[in-house]
Amino acid sequence: MDFGSGRRRTNKIKKEIKTTAYPHTLQFYKIPPTETISLQEFEEFAVERLKVLKAVETVGIKHIRSSKDYSDLLEKDIRNTGLRKILKTQKADDDSENEDVYNSRRMDHISHFILRLAYCRSEELRRWFIQQELDLLRYRFQNENKESRDTFLKQNNLNYDPISDEEKNSIFDNLASSGNAGSVKVKTTEYFKVPFTDALDLVKGRKVYLHKGLAYIACDDMVSILLTVYRTYLSHALAVTARVLPHLQEDDRLLPMLCGLSKRYLGQDYTAKKSNIGQVTAEMIDMLSKQSFPPCMQQLHHSLRQNHHMRHWGRQQYGLFLKGIGLSMEEAIKFWRTEFTKLMDGDKWDKQYSYNIRHNYGKEGKRADYTPYSCMKIIMTNHPGPGDFHGCPFRHCDADLLRQKLQTQGIAKADQEQIMNYLKGSHYQLACGSYFTATHSKVMDSGDTAPQISHPNGYFEESQRLHSGLKSQGSSTPKTPHASRQPMSQTTPSRLSQSSQPISQQVPSQVTQLSGIEEMDDDFPADVMDEMMMGVDS
Amino acid sequence: MSFSDQQELEKEIQKRCPYKIDIGAVFSHRPKDQKTVKAAAFQAQEKELVFDIDMTDYDDVRNCCSGANICDLCWPLMRIAIKVVDRALRDDFGFEHMLWVYSGRRGVHCWVCDEAARKLSQNGRTAIAEYLSVVRGGENQTKKVSLPSEDPIHPAIRHAIDIIHDHVQEYLVNKQDFLDEEEQWQKVKQLAEDFEKHGTNSKNRWAIIEKRVEQSQGKSNYPKSKNLDSEILLQFTYPRLDVNVSKGVNHLLKSPFCIHPKTGRVCVPIDTTDVDSFDPQKVPTISQLLEELDNETSDAEGKKLKDYKRTSLNGSIQVFEKFLKKLENSWKGKLLEQSDMKREF
Ligand code: SF4
Ligand SMILES: [Zn+2]
Repeated sequence: MDFGSGRRRTNKIKKEIKTTAYPHTLQFYKIPPTETISLQEFEEFAVERLKVLKAVETVGIKHIRSSKDYSDLLEKDIRNTGLRKILKTQKADDDSENEDVYNSRRMDHISHFILRLAYCRSEELRRWFIQQELDLLRYRFQNENKESRDTFLKQNNLNYDPISDEEKNSIFDNLASSGNAGSVKVKTTEYFKVPFTDALDLVKGRKVYLHKGLAYIACDDMVSILLTVYRTYLSHALAVTARVLPHLQEDDRLLPMLCGLSKRYLGQDYTAKKSNIGQVTAEMIDMLSKQSFPPCMQQLHHSLRQNHHMRHWGRQQYGLFLKGIGLSMEEAIKFWRTEFTKLMDGDKWDKQYSYNIRHNYGKEGKRADYTPYSCMKIIMTNHPGPGDFHGCPFRHCDADLLRQKLQTQGIAKADQEQIMNYLKGSHYQLACGSYFTATHSKVMDSGDTAPQISHPNGYFEESQRLHSGLKSQGSSTPKTPHASRQPMSQTTPSRLSQSSQPISQQVPSQVTQLSGIEEMDDDFPADVMDEMMMGVDS
Repeated sequence: MSFSDQQELEKEIQKRCPYKIDIGAVFSHRPKDQKTVKAAAFQAQEKELVFDIDMTDYDDVRNCCSGANICDLCWPLMRIAIKVVDRALRDDFGFEHMLWVYSGRRGVHCWVCDEAARKLSQNGRTAIAEYLSVVRGGENQTKKVSLPSEDPIHPAIRHAIDIIHDHVQEYLVNKQDFLDEEEQWQKVKQLAEDFEKHGTNSKNRWAIIEKRVEQSQGKSNYPKSKNLDSEILLQFTYPRLDVNVSKGVNHLLKSPFCIHPKTGRVCVPIDTTDVDSFDPQKVPTISQLLEELDNETSDAEGKKLKDYKRTSLNGSIQVFEKFLKKLENSWKGKLLEQSDMKREF
């Protein structure tokens, strides 16, 4: 016996515990951390992960996911954060390396769970968080080699047996015309048969061959299965967290911090703001729409004035936006009623539509205070169909028609080109930023960069700020209460955390409202459905 | 209102005699007890997967009527819709128990009653509805269907196009005369690269398009024309689902055999093996049924007939019973399987 070996043995045991805690560089974040950590570490972890997620979002707006530009830029950005070590696949098993591996995985793990707390509180926050976490996992998964990917799938019970060559040949044409494969690739690729419910992303985009309830997945597409499962899990987990969060209220150190954290992304929670209600009246809308509405809202406004009618999703998108800029419920009812009753009689309107407005203002049904839609929501969900004018013009308009519209609005040729260029790369929000600059040249200094647009209400406020700034000749106290808001790109953690104070006071009521929410994607609550049914008789 | 079993429902219907019933989900608790159970515990447990296809969504591609009106000239759109969606649900998703119902006025509903369908998550429902949606784009997009010219066409769309092909002459050319007006023809032409040929009526204009597509195959100078014919067919006839109705588990849908409040017509099931002969104008109205009930009460041999058998509703009820029978059998099969499994242990 020698004393030295004893020490070595404990080290070894410790090491084993550590490797079993995080057997893989990727994780599914199933088990919440149980250890106690300091408040300081808590905040640091959260901030670092937030930087990563923010990078995921920005890079995703600039480049097509999974492209080389995308991974290069994202890798660079992540290297600049405290989570840089999650990038490296770790193989070496010497002690110091292992300690490193353990620490970075631990940080990955804990930081994820902290942000869950911060981002479970509203549908909009959850949507954002899930989207970025999914993109992050996709990126990391695709960076691993085949062996490591297989191990990870297996650890999470997502491994399936490949189909036989006979089976593959019998459905060869179908495989070659589904998804992105092409016949050359089908020959060399392994295929797996999974229940279609495990491949919803692929099903949704019609990117997979389906037969009798089974989806035939190419090896490369397995990441999609992983993400589908992850999305379901995470969305459920966030709903559960939202429900238990009120118990955290007792800890008055945590909540303000959590709220401050989530503000760093959305910058502004457009529901929490009550101060501007009543600032805008129905009569002012025409003027404001010319001056400060983003294209999506101008378009809705125009169509409403022209058709004296608007379909459901248009009413939602526009109505909530108007609420966000400060139109009170009474004014909203006046505004919509005046326009609609040019075609239908008042009684019918009162019966079918006033409910909808009161509902959006939290006066009916669930009494939830609905939030104005963000650009991401407008661009990604509820695609407009025939008869619809909602959506984002940069995303949902024919290129020729859009160009024509820009022309009529007198946008300079050079700006038109820039906007159209952004569209080619699917950078709708950047296009909107250029549009903003082009239409605000009178009130912007020539050196000013385009604001980064992430919310129609943000667009509006930024525009109002510039206009009022001009009127008051650079006075340091602009009129709009939230005028100090900066474009998101300049968001720095330290500056925004100042805003956590007033916002935290709003939280308790918000949290109670949310505690009944079941699934995050349920942005179509029962009573809205009922309301729709009232309007629909087929 | 909620019911825990058939008896309770039956009693209430007889008591109230409603002319319209909307059906929602099966809940874990009675909705009227909602206040007493925790919000988290009150959940929709299962619901049929439903589709709602409504003629008003086709206004931009109908030349005969608009809004809530339908006629013999546009009804083929619903036939195509039923065939296309039914095929995909059956072959692609493996569902077996689809009940198609005429809504009584301007569209059709589909109830998918397989157990797997009833238990689908919201994301699952959304994915299926999106898979089945092809016509996209609001009022600012002229071209609402784009099939990428480099890639082959997805099997589901191929099948849809095959189904639609059967209706081109009869429906698009003869009934709708869809390329007759100069304006329509110009619009369609805009979708491709310039063409010189002109044409004078729907028939020869359609022929021009088909010719053009043929010429563009394997050549790169007409990339926009490669799938032009298919794109046009899809834009004009592919089923337009109301995705929001299918997505949620909270949406209510009118029950089969209700009376439509505006038309008085019964919401009758449609036989999917004979979609083409279903004619909405021939669906009985409530007043017609009342009259029929006053007729003879026995058949030729003097046997007393059940009331509904004496009316023009008889055929529809048989369609419904056939559907139920099949559903019941699969349910029984499942129970057998379960008891077999138990016996093994
Ligand atoms: S980018 Fe956002 S603000 Fe701009 S038009 Fe689109 S949805 Fe509206
Ligand atoms: Zn018609």
